[in-house]
Amino acid sequence: MEHSASSEITFHHEAGGDDFVKKIIKTTVLLSVITMIELGLGLTMYAFPIAAGLKLFLKGVIVILSLAKAFYIVGIFMHLGDEIKNLIMTICVPLMLFIWFIAAFLMDGNSWKNLRNSRGKSIVPIEQHSPAAEGHH
Amino acid sequence: MSTAQAQMQTKWWSGGKSPFNVEYGKLMMWYFLMSDTFTFGAFLISYGTIRFSQNYWPDPNQVFNAFPFAGHANLPLAFVSLMTFILIVSSVTMVLAVHAGHKNDKQGVIKWMIWTILGGLAFLSCQAWEWAHLITGEHAVLINGQIQHIGTTVTMNPWGPAANVPMIDGHHVTTTGPVAFGGYFFGITGFHGFHVLSGVVINIVMLIMAINGTFERKGHYWMIEKAGLYWHFVDLVWVFVFLCFYLI
Repeated sequence: MEHSASSEITFHHEAGGDDFVKKIIKTTVLLSVITMIELGLGLTMYAFPIAAGLKLFLKGVIVILSLAKAFYIVGIFMHLGDEIKNLIMTICVPLMLFIWFIAAFLMDGNSWKNLRNSRGKSIVPIEQHSPAAEGHH
Repeated sequence: MSTAQAQMQTKWWSGGKSPFNVEYGKLMMWYFLMSDTFTFGAFLISYGTIRFSQNYWPDPNQVFNAFPFAGHANLPLAFVSLMTFILIVSSVTMVLAVHAGHKNDKQGVIKWMIWTILGGLAFLSCQAWEWAHLITGEHAVLINGQIQHIGTTVTMNPWGPAANVPMIDGHHVTTTGPVAFGGYFFGITGFHGFHVLSGVVINIVMLIMAINGTFERKGHYWMIEKAGLYWHFVDLVWVFVFLCFYLI
């Protein structure tokens, strides 16, 4: 085992040579290309009339592409991919909380909208586009 | 024996060494970034909740279509793409600075840190322009039966559905949009911009320390690595801010 300046590090990473720089250039190109695909999809949704279902699908594709970008930034630029499994797990496992976090709150927002649109309508008049309600402001 | 094989055979939890194989400061930087992920995550999810609860939400392609010195040209998402590209490039120069640090190459570290700092400053300038444009760019909006000209702030949103009145100066008149749009936009991009600003300050401190030979005397450039982690995180957050505010 090599001598190290810090007792906390048992195995040092290889400094890496030109191979590493090549890997960085490859990752940069990949990130730029993914960004351009995302922009292309975003502009497609803007420029052409697209059915709501297809639009939702395209947005889903953009989300997945963004997650791919995050994977490359964390894995290669931040070198998490080169760390030992213990470190990877201590960072990634707590992030699974996001699965519940996102699902629960977006569903909450959606239910809020549905309640306002259905039940709310019969109780309170909607203020938008209603001349009677606008007079009170 | 290959390093990978040696790592496999190591009993990481038997004591006497870090089970994470990194020094204390770097491990704590990772934990800080994880907690910051939850802070940003909470902000973005809160934005998503409000957006899901609205029947109408402004189209980012219409809101963000301006470019400096391009007048009224309709260039949806062009400027924000430039900002994204600036941040990716500054992330790359940061990786190269960390790489130079691994090789104890002082001149390399200094060169790449300067480029990273310039990238950060360029991004902040772009954001300042975008904010100023959004706040001062006024649009004709029908409010209480009267046409008013308002910009986008945390209390006003001119990006509502089209109003049923004739056009003014060749522009469609709209009704007011959800007021939360400006609040979330300025709040979250502001919080991210503040991270970029503090990242630039940290990078400047690292640059000064590198020039003064502090790391040379220490014998390693681990501080650059930790600053690099923070800087990449800022880029990572922008991926999601870009996704939530501009793309979908």
